[in-house]
Amino acid sequence: MCLSIPSKVVEIDENNMATVDTMGVKRQVTLDLIGESVEVGEYVLIHVGFAMNKISTEEAEESIRLYEEIIEQMNSGQIDEDEGDMGYASKRT
Amino acid sequence: MKLITLAHGNGGEENNELIEGIFYKYLKNDYLKKSEDASLIEGGKLAFTTDSFTISPLFFSGGDIGKLSVCGTCNDLAMMGAKPKYVTLAMIIEEGFEVSVLDEIVKSIKKELEICGAVVVAGDTKVVPRGSVDRLFINTSGVGVMQLEGISASNLAVGDAIVVSRDIGTHGAAIYANREGIDITSTLKSDCASLWPMVEALKDARIKPKEMRDATRGGLAAVLNEWAKASNICIEIDEEKIPVCSEVKGICELLGFEPSALANEGTFVLALDPNDVDEAIKVLKTFSQNKMCSCIGKVTDEYTKKVVLSSEWGTKRFLDMPTGELLPRIC
Amino acid sequence: MPQKELDLFKAFRNPEHMKALAKLIKQESKTKIRLMEVCGGHTHTIMKYGIPQILPDTIEFVHGPGCPVCIMPKERIDHAYVLSQQPDVIMVTLGDMIKVPGSHGSLQDARSKGADVRFVYSPLDTLKIAKDNPEKKVIFFAIGFETTTPMTAALIDQVIKHDLKNIFFHINHVTVPEVMEVLLQSEECLIDAFIGPSHVSVITGSKIYDQFPKKYHKPVVVTGFEPIDVMEGILMIVRQVNEKRADLENQYKRSVSYEGNIVAQDLINKYFDQRELFKWRGLGNIPKSGLKLKDEFSYLDAEKIYDKVLPKEEINDHKLCICGDILKGVAKPTDCKVFGKACKPSSPIGSCMVSSEGACAAYYKYGGVL
Repeated sequence: MCLSIPSKVVEIDENNMATVDTMGVKRQVTLDLIGESVEVGEYVLIHVGFAMNKISTEEAEESIRLYEEIIEQMNSGQIDEDEGDMGYASKRT
Repeated sequence: MKLITLAHGNGGEENNELIEGIFYKYLKNDYLKKSEDASLIEGGKLAFTTDSFTISPLFFSGGDIGKLSVCGTCNDLAMMGAKPKYVTLAMIIEEGFEVSVLDEIVKSIKKELEICGAVVVAGDTKVVPRGSVDRLFINTSGVGVMQLEGISASNLAVGDAIVVSRDIGTHGAAIYANREGIDITSTLKSDCASLWPMVEALKDARIKPKEMRDATRGGLAAVLNEWAKASNICIEIDEEKIPVCSEVKGICELLGFEPSALANEGTFVLALDPNDVDEAIKVLKTFSQNKMCSCIGKVTDEYTKKVVLSSEWGTKRFLDMPTGELLPRIC
Repeated sequence: MPQKELDLFKAFRNPEHMKALAKLIKQESKTKIRLMEVCGGHTHTIMKYGIPQILPDTIEFVHGPGCPVCIMPKERIDHAYVLSQQPDVIMVTLGDMIKVPGSHGSLQDARSKGADVRFVYSPLDTLKIAKDNPEKKVIFFAIGFETTTPMTAALIDQVIKHDLKNIFFHINHVTVPEVMEVLLQSEECLIDAFIGPSHVSVITGSKIYDQFPKKYHKPVVVTGFEPIDVMEGILMIVRQVNEKRADLENQYKRSVSYEGNIVAQDLINKYFDQRELFKWRGLGNIPKSGLKLKDEFSYLDAEKIYDKVLPKEEINDHKLCICGDILKGVAKPTDCKVFGKACKPSSPIGSCMVSSEGACAAYYKYGGVL
């Protein structure tokens, strides 16, 4: 349910409409549902033509750091490599 | 009472139901049975095909209905290995249509015919009352002379490589993005182009594709599924190797589409002997639009009549024939 | 030179991170967990990215009722169909709603018979249709969970602000916590934990799930829609189960807060009241699970204005359809006698086959065999 897409704000006009960029394509969305101020360069989540919230890039980066840490721990043997059988099909090509 | 819906014209499952249920019921014969892009006639010396064109807007980024009406038919011939030669042109025009716009469209037809090396040998014009058609519909038929023999959807065998000529989905995405209410702006251009020059270049390099098909309505997904059924094999594709440009990805994210289901008008898929792959990609990449040409998978016998997509983390799923009218997913 | 930009798509689809999380889950998961992903968006991610294939057998998914298109009962679709047949009406709705069949057919079928049916990408696009067609009555068939409700409310706000006389509303908005509660109250329910919806929670905040850990002792982890999000959400649930905890946790911190989007919530409360009952396809009537326009806005309410022509009789779900059991986790799509035969995406019988995010449609499209 509820397809919503992270997009970067590239312009905001006087009617509180933002132009957002999603992988190089642009659309106008209204910022009317967002209670806080939004700046150009910030990321918002858009749903059916509305920005519904500001995405916290700090939190996103925090998540990514956590995943990197998991990999580091695996590589350094803190997580036992052999305990779990990888189980996924090996790549074919 | 069952009625025709837009889904019946989508190039996918419903479209096939109509073909099987109505057209084949009365008209099926040895030619139609092969279900190829064009039929071989006169003992295989000639290829013959037809196509109709309705598009809104008439002019779009990367092409117009005139260019499209030449590319569509000539590409069907080229995909059979035939050099497009003779074309018929029939136009159904809504009253009130601007003459200058028609001039523009026919000029575009001339330009594209020159690229294919074909000429118009017969034509027809009908004007209908306002509201009977959406501005302008075009039908073209084409005859081509066979240059590359033995191309067929039933030719694929285990071990064959699958190559796609360029990044997929640009036509479908560009047209959809411009629809009223969708209002997405991008620099995306339709891939609309004549494919004969590319096929000729492959031929000159002595590459013999086993099968070629332009991925029009129904996109890459439809082509691969048709092949898997026709050749009774399985096609396994590495999802990350399917070339998709950033803008098409963006439009797909926004609207909930899959790039593989989007229409193309100048992108084709080839089944090749694996030894021919490197050379074929080299040849195709000499055309500027084919920078992202790549080998995306191979033919196996694991799940016959099915297309399987593999992810980068080793999971698999079936890629089905697209169904229904293409509608934005809200959820 | 600019810094390397954060790519919010790639970052949460990184194959190395997928593999690492899969390995961790495999190592840590000891007991069987039946997870319900409430939301259709999660079902879509799970099937599209083949997530069950990289998880241990201990993790079993129960695909939830969270697709607003799928759960729309035939009665409501029949309303839309009948409304589209009224004189001078333009019927407007969102995206794939137009292909869902009711008892007379879908809005797509109505359109092929001559009705003026349009889909819009954004509810606000309805304004332009109304302005371009002043002699027509434009009815917005509003669908969606809490995610989409504020956008309908914003459209109502515009209609009132600009005093537009030719836009009306047929409201079918539904809410998540009530249906979760109904599933948990069912005696046969086999759900051990919930993956909480991503974008519903952006609007409502994670606070709406407080009761599930507290009252029912079921872990809830609000989780994002990207495949890595789902993997991390599952890991968080596995850890809760291992530690015998039942907490409300938030994996999707980059977008979801405890309080949610207050502006959007206020807008919903300004225009909508809870219905006593709303019928869900496959699940039946669920108290307080749907919204309606407040009485003071009944002049905009197509359900009231067209009350005389709208059908009222109940329609029973198809007798072979087991969508209700699938939604409770008691059965899988493949257990259904009509799955993939009489019931296909091109001719759906039950709710779960209707939209591409229904559990059955996802099974049909993405595998089951694989």
